[in-house]
Amino acid sequence: MKDSGAAKNGSEVVLLVGTMKGAFVFRSDPSRKNWRMEGPHFRGESVYSLFHDARGGRNRTFAAATSMIWGGTLRTSDDFGNTWSEPDQHSVRFPEDSGLALAQIWQVTAGHPSEPDVLYCGVEPAALFKSTDAGDSWTPVEGLLKHEQRPRWQPGAGGLCLHTIITDPKDSNRMLIAISAAGVYRTDDGGHTWIPRNVGVRAEFLPDKYPEFGQCVHKVVHHPARPERLFLQNHWGLYRSDDWGESWQDIANGVPSDFGFAMAMHPQQQDTVYIVPLESDMFRCTPEAKLRVYRTTDAGQTWEALTGGLPQSDAYETVLRDCLATDSLDAAGVYFGTRSGKLFGSSDEGSTWNEIAGNLPPIVCVKTAVVAT
Amino acid sequence: MITIELPRALGVQVNGDNAVRLDSGDMTVKDALAELGRISPPALDRLINERGEVRQHVNLFVDDENIRFLEGLDSRLQDGSTLFVLAAISGG
Repeated sequence: MKDSGAAKNGSEVVLLVGTMKGAFVFRSDPSRKNWRMEGPHFRGESVYSLFHDARGGRNRTFAAATSMIWGGTLRTSDDFGNTWSEPDQHSVRFPEDSGLALAQIWQVTAGHPSEPDVLYCGVEPAALFKSTDAGDSWTPVEGLLKHEQRPRWQPGAGGLCLHTIITDPKDSNRMLIAISAAGVYRTDDGGHTWIPRNVGVRAEFLPDKYPEFGQCVHKVVHHPARPERLFLQNHWGLYRSDDWGESWQDIANGVPSDFGFAMAMHPQQQDTVYIVPLESDMFRCTPEAKLRVYRTTDAGQTWEALTGGLPQSDAYETVLRDCLATDSLDAAGVYFGTRSGKLFGSSDEGSTWNEIAGNLPPIVCVKTAVVAT
Repeated sequence: MITIELPRALGVQVNGDNAVRLDSGDMTVKDALAELGRISPPALDRLINERGEVRQHVNLFVDDENIRFLEGLDSRLQDGSTLFVLAAISGG
């Protein structure tokens, strides 16, 4: 069912923005014209993952804050950042016998809809952690932690990070994750076994361009109403799968570059996806110095540039993998943040954009929530 | 008596003080940190990772010498020694 902006009177749109120097919270009424900024929270700490969990009667925000000095901590707030938990011990921890130590939490997300107290988080070095108590405690998913291919996984520039977690609303035993640079893996048995699902995805940086695993996947999205159809932004390459990742087809039809990081799904339209192409892995800035979001409304057969209100000259911007997001209203809001600290938003599905904030620290994460007031 | 000096930036205080005093005359840095962990688990968690290693940007000094140039966590603390916990000059 679509959310109606008019029906959302009495609700508030919240943008959770993680930066290299802390987290910011932006709030607006459903018109999304005027935003109120709060923060920074966790001053000086990088916040690569934020997530708001409204399941099970909760109103809980998760923030993965990492101090370069003192390490990473998963904090929670039940009042949108007025107060944050201060855990005695880092709750996301590798077992001692793993020989691994947490570098950073890259993703926090909800589990299957039938399990409202289940959450997952993806971390660096690449591993998946599960919580069954709404995030109070976490344990690693052993089947992935002890995967036989793990010794051959290689880190990308951002480290060996598990950054994408996708659950199947139709089957609680199925889940897909993505690791840079190990590629896509899928489990069909609740996490006991994981099979690489990278057929057709190119690894430009390896002698074998189409290996079983080792691809540098940057982001994968899907729509819950059609979970088997996946869209993938690769380190060179833009792909779609219609069979839960069994095979992938190139859909870089008319984009200025098929390199990029960020990718976001439209909240209602199953064939509508947003990306921000970047010029090559050597430059990693917007092509032709134009800041353009690209949108497909036909599952990647065609792409159109969305430029209204965005700078179209001298714009050397970078948008990272978790810095593009949509909200659940109709018309959908679309938001992205840049490494230069600019936060842009559109309340008309990307047709026109406004700068919400222009002088933030480098943005590494943008997430949304629509909450009752 | 051995003293552990914690930085204010760590945000962890023990009994309202940034100094922890251990009633011991001779112990290793590793033992002193274990004692700190019993007194303040959050303090130890922010200094040592799951592998039992000192975090990369944490510096530990026995008096005026960095333990990296001594015997690491096996470095000895004598009666009257101070173990300084300091944040490295790193950032961006």
